[in-house]
Amino acid sequence: MNLLTNIISGLSLGSVYAIIALGYTMVYGISKMLNFAHGDVIMIGGYMSFVMTMYMGLNGWLALLVAMAICTVLGITIERLAYRPLRGTGSLAVLITAIGVSYFLQNIALLIWGANPKMFTSLFKGMKPIHAAGGQLTITMESVFTILANIVIMILLTLFVNKTKAGKAMRAVSEDNGAAQLMGINVNQSISLTFAIGSGLAAVAGVLMLSAYPVLMPTTGAMPGIKAFTAAVFGGIGSIPGAMIGGLILGIIEIFSRAYISTELSDAIVFACLIIVLLVKPTGLLGKKISEKV
Amino acid sequence: MADKKDSREVIRDIDISDSGHAYENRQEIYYNDNVGGRAVFVDSKEQYDPDEPYNDEVFIPEKDRDKAPILQVKNLGIDFGGLTAVDNFNLTLGRTEIGGLIGPNGAGKTTIFNMLTKVYEPTRGEIFFDGKSTKGMTTVDINKAGMARTFQNIRLFDKLTVEENIKVALHHTTNYGLIDGMLHTPKYRHEEFRIRKEAMKYLKIFGMTKTADYRAGSLPYGAQRRLEIMRALATKPKLLLLDEPAAGMNPSETSELMDTIKEIRDRFQIAVFLIEHDMSLVMGICEGIVVLNYGRVIAKGWPEEIQSNPKVIEAYLGKSRGKMEEEEEKEKADIEKALKKGRLESAASGKPDRKAGE
Amino acid sequence: MAERILKNISSRGLKNAVKGNEYRKEASISYGILIGGYILFQILTAAGLIGHNLQGQFVPICVYISLAVSLNLVVGISGELSLGHAGFMAVGAFSGILMSRILGQSMSFEPAIIIISMLFGALIASIAGFIIGIPILGLRGDYLAIVTLAFGEIIRNFMNVLYFGFDGNGRLRFAFNHTIDGVENNDRIITGAIGATGTKTMATFTWGLILCLFTVFIVLNLKNSKQGRAIMSIRDNRIAGESIGLDVRKYKLMAFVVSAALAGMAGCLFGLNYSTLVPIKFNFNTSVLILVFVVLGGVGNIWGGIIAAALLTVLPETFRQFADYRMLTYAIVLILVMICTYNPAIKSRLSGFWAKVNPFKNKNKSGGKGKGKRKKSRKEAV
Repeated sequence: MNLLTNIISGLSLGSVYAIIALGYTMVYGISKMLNFAHGDVIMIGGYMSFVMTMYMGLNGWLALLVAMAICTVLGITIERLAYRPLRGTGSLAVLITAIGVSYFLQNIALLIWGANPKMFTSLFKGMKPIHAAGGQLTITMESVFTILANIVIMILLTLFVNKTKAGKAMRAVSEDNGAAQLMGINVNQSISLTFAIGSGLAAVAGVLMLSAYPVLMPTTGAMPGIKAFTAAVFGGIGSIPGAMIGGLILGIIEIFSRAYISTELSDAIVFACLIIVLLVKPTGLLGKKISEKV
Repeated sequence: MADKKDSREVIRDIDISDSGHAYENRQEIYYNDNVGGRAVFVDSKEQYDPDEPYNDEVFIPEKDRDKAPILQVKNLGIDFGGLTAVDNFNLTLGRTEIGGLIGPNGAGKTTIFNMLTKVYEPTRGEIFFDGKSTKGMTTVDINKAGMARTFQNIRLFDKLTVEENIKVALHHTTNYGLIDGMLHTPKYRHEEFRIRKEAMKYLKIFGMTKTADYRAGSLPYGAQRRLEIMRALATKPKLLLLDEPAAGMNPSETSELMDTIKEIRDRFQIAVFLIEHDMSLVMGICEGIVVLNYGRVIAKGWPEEIQSNPKVIEAYLGKSRGKMEEEEEKEKADIEKALKKGRLESAASGKPDRKAGE
Repeated sequence: MAERILKNISSRGLKNAVKGNEYRKEASISYGILIGGYILFQILTAAGLIGHNLQGQFVPICVYISLAVSLNLVVGISGELSLGHAGFMAVGAFSGILMSRILGQSMSFEPAIIIISMLFGALIASIAGFIIGIPILGLRGDYLAIVTLAFGEIIRNFMNVLYFGFDGNGRLRFAFNHTIDGVENNDRIITGAIGATGTKTMATFTWGLILCLFTVFIVLNLKNSKQGRAIMSIRDNRIAGESIGLDVRKYKLMAFVVSAALAGMAGCLFGLNYSTLVPIKFNFNTSVLILVFVVLGGVGNIWGGIIAAALLTVLPETFRQFADYRMLTYAIVLILVMICTYNPAIKSRLSGFWAKVNPFKNKNKSGGKGKGKRKKSRKEAV
């Protein structure tokens, strides 16, 4: 039973990583940049939801919607102000700018809400956990909803990218920016849309994560951000199903190494697994092979 | 024909004989150059593919017939996915031959270079370079074995200076270690002084010593092409592969380039194999020519033969001038007729026919 | 014939050509800044113009300068993005501290202890760099960046469970959990997440300067050697590098290992500057901080990195009274500087503006450049 509990909490944590990883993978796919500020958008989403429920007295679900809206706007704004001026100048400049944005968001949060951790109220407070196998196995509502949310988001996103016009435009831009432009696709719009979706999902991921691990601080988003990014690379950056697989595997590895090997070394084990995967498959599990024309 | 047979006899003799004296001549040739070409002494058994190297199908200038070929390619082919880019490519290149590889765009010429230098691993066939199979060798090994190349889209080390570009190519003969490099020991100074002088010698070939301190990436196009050739040459190859060396050069630059390529061959006693679209260059300096179309060899021979080969003319150079003029006149007449009848559109639709033949 | 071509080139093309190797200039500027800065700070300190806080930052500044220079070897010269430089710093710091403690048992001559400890830190860090570098340097671009990030985190994580101490006989023992056999709690040197405690602080500003000078010396020398040229060639064009017989992995590894060794050395001095040192100090943020120095100083530009590292360590310290807004401003400035220096439109506008207000404009024209022009025109006449 212990094993099953661990698998479920692994899947739950992995689902959070997967949703965050989507933001990374989509942004990387379309603009070839490592958006290090993505983790902090999660944190902002968490704070927004926190503020809405605590100070505005909103219902948790309504607060989530508001947080999503705010994060979407935030994502678009960040792209417009910080990343767009640097488009096409090489990944290093954009990377440093993204780090600057990350510092900015963390310090804004620090100024507004202080360094003291806030206790986040779970979105599923009051919902009773499911007991199975004669009370030996307890599945929290947080786990159930997180895993469900992940599945729903994956399906919707895959449909969106493959079936809709905007989704196809996004794929075209990530395939070849210049050619897409020549075909009359509005590249700016596509990139903005990508950031919007990624950031909106970051808010969802933030609220789900904080429901399970309720400590909210300005640096809350940093580590999950890095790990989700690892998950995106793990699955093959640029690939949506890759993000999901990478996230889930990473979540399970983390929970298992915490449970069976060492709490302190769990992060090290996660990263070691990433390295092993990249050594065997240099572009991640589902990544495309890149080759240079000679 | 009689001559050919004789030279074949000579080759067989060498094959059987002990490796000692039979190669004295060549050794002398190799030591002759003053910049320091490779003096390689290879066991005769590994010299070349034991099958007859010079049969009736290979075109090697007479002067190279008493030596083993530098390059032998047998049934080379490569597939990309389901697409066969090159198939059944055979080639024998003499020790000091200047060979040409021509063909329309997309024929697979650069792909062949890439297979020779192991940028791509061939799907089929064998390559014998200097008598040894290159199976399992990497690009780096190939260069160390003595094959150097230039690229169609120039690949210089843009941020390094011209002189540094050459010095990098002299890398294997620069004799000091990492510690010397980090601490700039006397050994470092001595070697750096030596290779600087050597680099200048190479720059002199193209008269580019004055550009030594400029960044390679900021040079004009023609100079970059020349620098790339010098860089390849500085690795002291036995075979130099040039991928469109005259691309982007004006006629006077091209004719200078022709002289220089010949000069390089004579001075270093190496073989040159080049891809080029400029027919004046190809016909002017190449001794043997291979014509490629759709990944297959459509003709092989001496320049004069290639020039008059109807297959080549049709596939590569287009229809013969006489025919074209005839057709043009006919078409002109057609258009005039059509104009008179006021049916220009139908005549225009017939136009692409002529274009396809060009 | 050669002369003819030469004339062609010099008369037409070279107008736009850029002079390249400015090794001597780069070296003299770098050494000048370091020594000048050292003297300046010493004078200001003697005059009592520098606060206590900032004085405490002298060694860290030197360490960060040195780290920026060594990271430049990977990012600027080798052209690979590394996000785990703090990991090597950590390895150097803790192994150096250990060595200093071992030596401290029998030696009292501090310079010798510092030098041996730094060399030991460099050695261990270079071994770490070698072990890490071998498998990963086949990866390209952003993937390599992620793996270096992962390794940095692994190293830091590993430090969290590492315990070292002397047993009753003064012998060094270690374990992966709290209780080390035969070691009293007070005799522990490195205690997992609490880090190194009881280190004798030996680092001084002068040692910092020596470290910086040594690092710059090694990196600049390497840049201007056979190995450095090979490393830069592979950066500029990997395929061409292979085509002239350069072993790509070997040279990438070389840059990586030398950079790790120098980072270990700097880390060691950093460790010897604090009596207690926690592993969390060497997290991802520190790696990023060093990278920021490198990028703001101009990738590949050694003295730029020196200035950036010094300024970005000194300025936040100077504005400590505005603690709350300090980091926020830092973030905004970072973004703005990146946009202003990299955005092509703004960049050209700024340089146009600079050309107008530049007070040295006229001086330059009559100086070195003018001579070059005259020479060229003479050549044309021939």
